[in-house]
Amino acid sequence: MDRSNPAVQRGRSMIAFNQVSKRYPGGFDVLKNVSFELAKGEMAFLTGHSGAGKSTLLKLIAAIERPNTGSVLVNNQNVSVLKSGALPYLRRNLGIIFQDHKLLFDRNVFDNVQLPLQICGFDHKESSKRVRAALDKVGLLGRERANPIALSGGEQQRLCIARAIVNRPSILLADEPTGSLDAEYAEEIMAIFKSFHQVGVTLLISTHDASVLRNTQFRVIELKQGEIQSSSAPADSAQTTSTSPAALSTGAQA
Amino acid sequence: MMSALTAHIGVMRTAVHRMFASPLAGFLNILVIGIALSLPAGMYVLLQNAQGVVAQLSAAPQISLFLAMNATTEDIAQIRMQLAKHPGVKNIAFISRTEALTTLGQGTGLDDVIAGLESNPLPDAFVITPDSNNARTLEALRNELQQIPGVDLTQLDSAWAYKLEAILDFARIAVLVLASLLSLGLIAITFNTIRLQILTQRDEIQVSKLIGATDAFIRRPFLYFGAIQGLLGGLSAWLIIVASLLLLRQPIAALSQLYASNFSLQPLSFSDSLSLILFSVYLGWMGAWLSVARHLSQIEPH
Repeated sequence: MDRSNPAVQRGRSMIAFNQVSKRYPGGFDVLKNVSFELAKGEMAFLTGHSGAGKSTLLKLIAAIERPNTGSVLVNNQNVSVLKSGALPYLRRNLGIIFQDHKLLFDRNVFDNVQLPLQICGFDHKESSKRVRAALDKVGLLGRERANPIALSGGEQQRLCIARAIVNRPSILLADEPTGSLDAEYAEEIMAIFKSFHQVGVTLLISTHDASVLRNTQFRVIELKQGEIQSSSAPADSAQTTSTSPAALSTGAQA
Repeated sequence: MMSALTAHIGVMRTAVHRMFASPLAGFLNILVIGIALSLPAGMYVLLQNAQGVVAQLSAAPQISLFLAMNATTEDIAQIRMQLAKHPGVKNIAFISRTEALTTLGQGTGLDDVIAGLESNPLPDAFVITPDSNNARTLEALRNELQQIPGVDLTQLDSAWAYKLEAILDFARIAVLVLASLLSLGLIAITFNTIRLQILTQRDEIQVSKLIGATDAFIRRPFLYFGAIQGLLGGLSAWLIIVASLLLLRQPIAALSQLYASNFSLQPLSFSDSLSLILFSVYLGWMGAWLSVARHLSQIEPH
C-alpha cells in the first residue's frame, strides 16, 4: 500500500461491497459473496480471467446492474436499492471508462467530452474551459475538431478518459483501459491514472494486463469465477496489507 | 450553471438541428401536418361563413301571402284589416300583381318575355314580418294565415334557412369527427417520427444515461422536436387556408353580387388562427411525449 500518499484517507470508505452476489437470468452466478472496501483516494486493480466477473463488479458500482443479494455502498450510499430517479446523480459522481469506449461518432472530440457537462447544465464558457483542460490532460488538445473515428485506438481510449474526468468525479472506474493497446500506450494511460490518484481520486481499474500489474505499488483484487481469490498489494508483503481496514475485510473473503 | 432559458434555447437548437439533419423527411412531415389540419380548419371557416349568412336570413323571417287570382280590391282591404288586427304580425307590405311583374322583369332581365305575356300570371301578395322568429310559432302563424279566405298560398320565406341551419349542424359534427380523426393521425405521425429518431439516437441516449443524464434531460429535445414540427405544420395549415380563402374571395364576391348581397368571405380570425397553431403544437408535443414514454424506457444501458 502506498501509505506515503496523503490522498488516501484511511478509514473513510468510498466503495464497499458487502456479501454481494449477482446471478444473471439463466442461473449463472457471476459474483459470489464478494466483500471488499476501497478507501477514499485509494487506487486498486481488479484482475482475473475474462468472465471472472470484473465488468459486472464495475457495473454494480454504477448501478448499471443490481446485485441479487448483498449491498454496494458508494460514498456510504447504498446504490443497490437506489431509485431510478436518483441514478443520474450517482453517475455524475463517477467517471466511467468503458471497455468499448462508447464514444459518439456523430460529433467531434470536443463535443464528446462536453456531453457530461451539458448533462450537468454547465454554461458554454465554463464547459469549454473544462473540456480543454481535460483534453490537455490526456494530450488531445490539438484534436478538438477531429471525429473520434479518425483517432487511433490509444487516442480513443484517452478521449474516453477525458470524457470520464471532465466532470471532476471523485471516483474513476476503468474497464480494461489498456486491453487493446501496445505497451507504450498502456504506460501513458497508467501514468494518467496515477496523476488522478495523486489528487485524491478513488480509482478502480479492471485489467488482465500482466505488465501493468507487475511491480505495482497498488492493491490488486483478483477475481476467480466470481469470488475474490486474493487481495494484495504486490509491492508490499502480505502482512502489511492486513494493517489496512480495507484489506482486512477483503482478506476474510480470500 | 447556465440559466434555464439558455439551456432551453440550446435544446431547441438541438431539435432544429435534428430537423435539418433530414430536411426532406422533415419538410414532408410538416406538409402532411399542414394539409391534414387545413382540411377540417378550412371547412370550419366555410361553416362559420355559412353560419353568418343563415343567421342573417333567419333573423328577419317573413311570410308571403299569395292571394287568389280573382281577389278584388275589397277582398284585399278585408285581408289587410285582418292582418293588421293580428297580434303576431308586426309589419305588413302589399305587393300588387303589376308591381310584382315589373320587379320580376327588372330583376331577371326577362322584360321581353314578360312583354309577350297575354296576361299577368302573378297574384297580389302581402309580405308580413312576424313578431316572433321562433320556428314553431312561425309555422303556426303561417297555418293560421292560410285559413284566411281569399289567401291562396302562404310561404314561410325563412323555412329554407332553418333547413340550412340543420344541415350546418350536421356538417359541424362531420367537421368535428374529421378533425378528431386527423388529430389522432397527426399524433401518430409525430409518434413515429420520434420513434425513428430515438432509434437513431440510441447510442447517444445510452451513453447519456451512463454519464448521469436524467430522463427529463433526454426527453427534452424530442418533446421540443415534436412541438416545433407541430408549430411549422400549424403555420403551413394556416398558410394553406389563407391562400385558399384569397383564391375564393373573387368568385364569392361575384356570386353574392348576383344575389344582390354584400356578403364577403370572412377570413380566419386572429384567435382562431392562434388556436389552430397552438393546437398543432400541442398535437406534436403529445405525439412526441407518447413516443418518448413508450420507447425511452426500452433503452437501458447494460
